Amino acid sequence: MTYSVGAKVRIATMNPPGHIRTPWYLRGKTGVIERDLGPTGDPEALAYGETKGDQIRLYRVRFEMAEVWGEGAERGADTLDAEIFANWLEDAHAA
Amino acid sequence: MPHDHHHHDGMSPSGHPYRPDQDAPLSYFQKMEIALRELLVEKGVTTQTEINDQIERMDARTPALGAKVVARAWTDPAFKKRLMEDGSAACREMGIEVDAMKLLVVENDETTHNVVVCTLCSCYPRNLLGLPPDWYKQRAYRTRTVKEPRKVLSEFGLDLPDDVKVQVHDSTADMRYLVLPKRPEGTAGMDEEALAALINRDAMIGVAVAGDP
Repeated sequence: MTYSVGAKVRIATMNPPGHIRTPWYLRGKTGVIERDLGPTGDPEALAYGETKGDQIRLYRVRFEMAEVWGEGAERGADTLDAEIFANWLEDAHAA
Repeated sequence: MPHDHHHHDGMSPSGHPYRPDQDAPLSYFQKMEIALRELLVEKGVTTQTEINDQIERMDARTPALGAKVVARAWTDPAFKKRLMEDGSAACREMGIEVDAMKLLVVENDETTHNVVVCTLCSCYPRNLLGLPPDWYKQRAYRTRTVKEPRKVLSEFGLDLPDDVKVQVHDSTADMRYLVLPKRPEGTAGMDEEALAALINRDAMIGVAVAGDP
């Protein structure tokens, strides 16, 4: 599925082996789609020389610091954007 | 006859400790790099001249390129609009290639301050800013900037007012980020070249603001 700007998403908590580009500190956290960066190469395949695989969508997700760090946040309303590949996103409206 | 060369003990004239000679054996990956490079040259895939030219190309990139882009954006609203929509294409207009990566430009204004970090490694807009500073690659900057950005900025000498929101960008994948600093007060009559001189590397990473005229 694709997500539109403003959609609420949760970062998956999975921990697959191999080369991944989803930071630990964002797993399980909920944010909103800031922009859709379109289809791109999948780093989890490219890292192993698989250049012919399907493209994967890349999004920028915006998180509030309060969501990421909880009570430990320096300023809860400050925000953080990260680029997250579509296979790490879950629809957070459904929950 | 004894050696009469200088012994590099203590501090250099500039007050830094001398770096010890690199007398340790080559590491596994150093050997691997040399072997691969020699094979590529031997097999005619590349030449030593091509490798040196590429190193020179990399060394020639400095933050002056990014400063030119920012100064143009400050003085040319149509260019700024194109830069915000497609950073790579706008830089190409100025003869600056951002290569395979896409450039995202994020703008500082009265209410938002942007700062860039790569927690996973050291992704950095090298084509616009040259090689990243050492601190950008260190664990302290990479871990702390996403957790306590205001404290980190304060250690860089930048104390943000309470009513300015901090927006951190963790450069985790294919995008490269350039902060478009806020144009300083009192610069209305200045041309692009004079403005570019106010824009330093740190302001384009977001750990500083543009200098005063």
